[in-house]
Amino acid sequence: MANSNAVFAALSDPTRRKVFERLQSGGRSVSEIARGFPVSRPAVSQHLKVLKQAGLVADRAEGTRRVYYIDPQGLAAVRKWLDQFWEVALAAYAAEVERAVKES
Amino acid sequence: MDQTIKPAPVRRSVRVSAPRERAFEVFTAGIGSWWPKTHHIGKSDLDTLVIEPRAGGRWYERGVDGTECEVGKVLVWEPPSHLVLAWQLNPDWKFDPDLITEVEVQFIADGAHATRVELEHRNLERMGERAEAMRQQIDSSGGWPGLLELFAQSASQERSAS
Repeated sequence: MANSNAVFAALSDPTRRKVFERLQSGGRSVSEIARGFPVSRPAVSQHLKVLKQAGLVADRAEGTRRVYYIDPQGLAAVRKWLDQFWEVALAAYAAEVERAVKES
Repeated sequence: MDQTIKPAPVRRSVRVSAPRERAFEVFTAGIGSWWPKTHHIGKSDLDTLVIEPRAGGRWYERGVDGTECEVGKVLVWEPPSHLVLAWQLNPDWKFDPDLITEVEVQFIADGAHATRVELEHRNLERMGERAEAMRQQIDSSGGWPGLLELFAQSASQERSAS
């Protein structure tokens, strides 16, 4: 399972984030993702490779083409998301406790 | 046979400089003041979050337009030491009455003036049991709101911190 650093790294690149976003409306092939994008197909493939390594995206063969989709089954991304969510939330909570204690 | 996916629970802890009573109070009554405002279910911006102070109580958010959206409910209410909330949001960030994942929070005294808050978010595999339904929702409605924002935000914080 990829670690959260890989997920951060994968999504910290704005173009890669756009690639990931394009898959939110369903599975797509590389050429479908690349359509209307100011980056080449090989570049899109490279971004998909990184997303796949981070556990965010999976692929499958559909006839002669390869379709990439957000991998909901692995749940790795969801778990990482929740892990990061609670990290951010608990940090905010701790800050709020400090503030509340200072005020009283 | 299908392989059952069982992700490990998410475990996080934080130490706060307050006794348990205060720590519990800020976590529950004060949740509206620390919950990330970027994360809300409703269509309008988040006004506040409410945890009703009793077992069986509601856990919901209120938008600035007054609409209320369920997050889940209170399963265990034992101030100042123990709290279990049902998190009933699927990965599509939508309330699902049939989905119950548990968020257990323990408040452990760390001396007289500090508390260790240990949080465990478990039963994540139940999200997996609904993976197909989720997949369809994700496919049709466009993913996990806030996911990218959160990652982007955290990533930039990491970058500026380094």
